[in-house]
Parts: sequence; C-alpha cells; structure tokens
Amino acid sequence: MDFTLKDARPIWQQLADQMTESIVTGEYSPGERFPSVRELAMQAGVNPNTMQRSLAKLEENGLLVTSRTAGRNVTEDEETLRAVRSHLAEKRVEEYLKDMEKLGYSRGKAAELARQFQKGQEP
Amino acid sequence: MNTSNIIQCSNLQRTFGKTIALNGVDLSVGRGRIVGLAAPNAAGKTTLIKILAGLLQPTAGTALIDGEVPGIYTKSITAYLPDRPSFPDWMKVQDSIDIYADFFADFDSEKAGDICRTLKLDRSAKIRTLSKGTKEKLQLMLVMSRKAQLYLLDEPLAGIDPAARDFMLHTIVAGYNEEGTVLISTHLITDVEKLLDEVIFLKEGTVVLHRPADEIRETDGKSVDELFREMFRFDV
Repeated sequence: MDFTLKDARPIWQQLADQMTESIVTGEYSPGERFPSVRELAMQAGVNPNTMQRSLAKLEENGLLVTSRTAGRNVTEDEETLRAVRSHLAEKRVEEYLKDMEKLGYSRGKAAELARQFQKGQEP
Repeated sequence: MNTSNIIQCSNLQRTFGKTIALNGVDLSVGRGRIVGLAAPNAAGKTTLIKILAGLLQPTAGTALIDGEVPGIYTKSITAYLPDRPSFPDWMKVQDSIDIYADFFADFDSEKAGDICRTLKLDRSAKIRTLSKGTKEKLQLMLVMSRKAQLYLLDEPLAGIDPAARDFMLHTIVAGYNEEGTVLISTHLITDVEKLLDEVIFLKEGTVVLHRPADEIRETDGKSVDELFREMFRFDV
C-alpha cells in the first residue's frame, strides 16, 4: 500500500484514513487477509505503535475483523462497507460545498453546477 | 532487572570546565518506544547520549539504564551509534562484524548478513575505501543487528543521502524489537518525525518538552517540526 503523510494531523489518523479508503475502493476485497502491523509500518515508514493505533481504529469501525488464528481480515459485512463508503462520500460532498462557498457559490448553485457538469460530460 | 523505565535520569549535570553541557536533566523513558531527542546544536544531545552509553561520567545527578548506573551490564543491553564512525580505517567490513559478534551476546550475524546484502556492502572491503555515507550505513547496520533493550542513535542520518535515508529508517523500524526503546538524536526532525512515539526537546542542557508526538499534532494542530521551529526560532 502507498502511504503519503503530509498534513499536521496525527499520523495515525492519516494512515487510518488511507487504509479505510483502500478497503472501500476495493484495493483489498472483503474477507481478504490484511497485512501485518510490521509490514504496514515498514511500508509507511512509521512506528509500529502508530500503525497499531490506526488498525485499532479500523477494527473499531468494523472494517477489519480480528480472528484469533488468522490475524486481521477485511470485513465481509456488506452493510458496514456500504455505511463507511457513504460516510466518506458525504464528507467529500461537504468539502466540495465548502470550497464552492469560498468561491461565492451558494449550496444550491454549487449543486446545480455539479448536475450541469455531469450532463455536459455525457455523450 | 526489569524496571518499568529503561532510562531514568534525575538532576543530571555535566560540565566541561566552565561550559555547562547538561544543567539538571530529569527524564524517564519507558520500554518499546521510539523517542526523538531534538535540540539545536550545542544543547547537550551528544553529552546526554554519551552518559547513557557509559562513555562520560556525570558531574552530578544520576542516570540509570534498566535501574543500573551505566557500566558493563548496561552496555550489554544498550546498542550505541556514535555521532561519528568509530572503526579504525585499516579494518575490513568483516572485521567490524566479527568484533561486534564477539563483544555482544545479542548480536545477530544472520541479520547483519541480510543488511549487508541489501546495502550491497562488500564485506572484504577495507573501511578506509568506504564513502562517508557508507561508513555510517555500516555502523547503523552493526547497531541494529543487536537485539538490545535500548538503542542510542546519535544523529544516525547526518551524512546520508535522501534515498538511503528511507532505507535507514526502514532498518530502524525493522530492526528494533517490540520491548526495545530507540532514542534518536537529531536536529532534522522532519526526517524521523513519522517514526516517533515521543519527542524530547533539549535547550541549554535541560529538558524543555517531553510529549507524545501524536499529542502535539492533536492538541497543537502542528507537526513536531513546526513546533520545534517555533520554540527555537530565536536561538539560531
């Protein structure tokens, strides 16, 4: 997995966000074995304790399931995946609307623009 | 012994003639942590590390490693990376590996071999023929091939190019064992920031800050590097 750490937010949060993303976008499929703490820590070049904390967050959200024998696996619960995905989508929309507000577009106008843009893209 | 803190310093002082290098350092560091020791030049980093490594005696106060005054026992559980390469030039790479294997019961020759191969270190090469960066790599390889309880790394990345830097960080993460604590001194925090559990700032021979790295990001909303620049802006 590729990690990029750039902002001043806690590192474990940045890692957790990026791993969440890679699960909901299907880079890791449901039921698939997730790499170990140490492997991930090395890939990201971070402290294993930090990676541990990020993985704990993903477990808390139900995206990863720990079994006693097989380590960590991506959840097979479609409902959880759907919920997390739509939560991410909402956050993106919120960001879009905020950015547009800065440019002087009301929420309604911004939404209208998105709709038009989408129409314009279609053949 | 197995004290809860691997490092315990209280009112640690060290002077060199009229120069005060350490002016009452109080410090406790737990096990299984990667700790950054950051300070501007001449704030006492190397002095502190040398006392912990058992190479300097404190003028006053105490430093304990695993509950003991630095000495034969603490050296057996402490892997020390000096701020400059310490092997005589005439030796071969293999000689330095043999010395480490001989001296330290916790040295893992297999691991040393692995790192040599990855770094393409020629074991029959004379140390004299190695570049500055390669010498530093060799030294770090030797240190991280030990299964120590405490790693003291004094400026491990100073002479190393950015590409090799990633490898060195990788070596540190891969090398340390979960019960081991790594203390890394540096004035280039950005390089090691991602690795750190805790940060210690030294200023004029005392500890002015000792906090979890993530807490700094969470409560102050800035990276450790930014905080460092702010605190030491006028000390340059």
